[in-house]
Amino acid sequence: MLGVGVLKGLVETARNFFGSYVSEERLTTLQYPEETSPRIEASRSFPFLVYDGSDWQQGMRCVSCQICEKECPPKCIFIEKSPDKKPDAVGKMQFYPAKFDIDISVCMSCQICVEVCPFDAIKMDVDYNLSATNRFSDLLLDKERLSKSNEYYHEIHPTEAASVDADLAAAREKAAPKPAAPATAAVQTAGTGGAAS
Amino acid sequence: MTPVAVDQIFVTTKHLLMGYVPAFWQPLASAILSVVPVLVVFPALFAVTTVLERKGLGRIQNRLGPNRVGPFGFLQPAADGIKSLTKEDVVPRDADKVVHFLAPILLVLASFIVYAVLPIGRNMVIADLNSGLLFFFAVGSMVELAVFMAGWSSRSKYSLLGAMRAVAQMISYEIPLVLAAVVVIMAAGSLSLPAIAEMQSGYTWIWPHWYVLTPWGFAGFVLFMISATAESNRSPFDLPEGESEIIAGYYIEYSGFKFALFFLGEYLGMFATSGLAITLFLGGWSAPFSFLTWVPSYLWFFAKLLVLIAAFIWVRGTFPRLRMDQLMGFAWKFMLPMTLVNVVDAGLWHFMPSGVVRGVVCAAVIVIPFALFSRRAQEGKKLQIRTYRYAE
Repeated sequence: MLGVGVLKGLVETARNFFGSYVSEERLTTLQYPEETSPRIEASRSFPFLVYDGSDWQQGMRCVSCQICEKECPPKCIFIEKSPDKKPDAVGKMQFYPAKFDIDISVCMSCQICVEVCPFDAIKMDVDYNLSATNRFSDLLLDKERLSKSNEYYHEIHPTEAASVDADLAAAREKAAPKPAAPATAAVQTAGTGGAAS
Repeated sequence: MTPVAVDQIFVTTKHLLMGYVPAFWQPLASAILSVVPVLVVFPALFAVTTVLERKGLGRIQNRLGPNRVGPFGFLQPAADGIKSLTKEDVVPRDADKVVHFLAPILLVLASFIVYAVLPIGRNMVIADLNSGLLFFFAVGSMVELAVFMAGWSSRSKYSLLGAMRAVAQMISYEIPLVLAAVVVIMAAGSLSLPAIAEMQSGYTWIWPHWYVLTPWGFAGFVLFMISATAESNRSPFDLPEGESEIIAGYYIEYSGFKFALFFLGEYLGMFATSGLAITLFLGGWSAPFSFLTWVPSYLWFFAKLLVLIAAFIWVRGTFPRLRMDQLMGFAWKFMLPMTLVNVVDAGLWHFMPSGVVRGVVCAAVIVIPFALFSRRAQEGKKLQIRTYRYAE
């Protein structure tokens, strides 16, 4: 008879209404600023630049090869090559970016820059708590604001970061002149070598 | 104070105040003293209803609803009001500016005027018209004009489509709305709303003489409430403002406080039709049991009003929107025949001797056509592949 489905629907919503007062597990939403959902490893927001060690300028992995700049579909990356060179993550003398800007008002979070980077220098961030008070300067992230440490990378993407570290260690071993030098020492010498030059 | 004194406190206060007013100013003072409370109480009820509706809908969807502004989010309407007051008022370049400006005002005006004949308590009515019910429906039809003014003057295809839908829907549902109310006129023999409320204020043992407790009254109440939902453009009959189809319908080109006025007008219309349903079927201001008559009459009116508002919110949180053909089919193929059957049933009730037999026969006269109509409705139409003559 007409109306039975109507009554069933009304009963269902009434059950939801009263149930949400009785059982906490019915409430699927989070009260956002106070509580946040756990970070999801596979999520991504905007790219950032990884650096090794403690000094973001010396440890920067980017060698300003500009592949990401050329591949970026919306063309939101702006790189200027440095005039001089510094040792990269593996220990080779390389250029570094004098200027590295990402306009995140243009960026579409496609991750293509990450996939094309041969130096594991650019990775995707997971931070979604982003806001800006100025729509021009605050949305154009410069080198300093883009740089985040390798430890932070380990924190947000542990699996991915571990495999990147293993690859880098293997590359360092290959590049090192003495086979006896351990991988951790290579990072140390690379850091100090950069500081000296 | 005796219960009667508490019940009549507003009436006696008004008479007391009128004693200080010179005779020349008395009509004006009387009008102001009666109208101002209505202009204060019902918009305040609107503010409370918006937050209750959002919280209720949230709970129905297993959310908390607004809970940021003030204790438990109950100051949310204040924040909403400040927001809509400070927003820019955009008028489209090609709009008919005068009509565009007048439409929300007319809507609110029409929604307010109907409160003139609504008894919100014993002896508490602004204007006791002999033809109060007729006045209510006549003024209530002004809403359609305001809606069409808004849709036409905006010079936007969405608002015009929304207005067309709204007017088509409101005119279609006005007929079952009035016909559902006709049974009460037949039973009460009066068009005056205070008289109709007075008629239902007696008791048999503890049970009230509300019309909703009779078969034709119950059917009339349900039909009236369905039509009232459609008249006030609320879900599931919110096609005129279906967000997924025509964004906001006839008030898409309104912003800032004019938009808020549309909202206010719509809610005031909903309260007014709910108030009319209470007066016609739920005994108006009378208590539900004879031993509760000591509670002031206006409290009963507002308690019933809140219950009906809760029912509106519940229905809104439950049903999906109807399709246009379902809406029209429902109005003309189900609502209209059922209201006509109901009118016959009320006549039958009047002429049969009272007793159990009358109750059974009158209930059967409602239930059997309902079952037949619902079987017709559920047979289901076979949709055939649509062929086009020119567009292939």
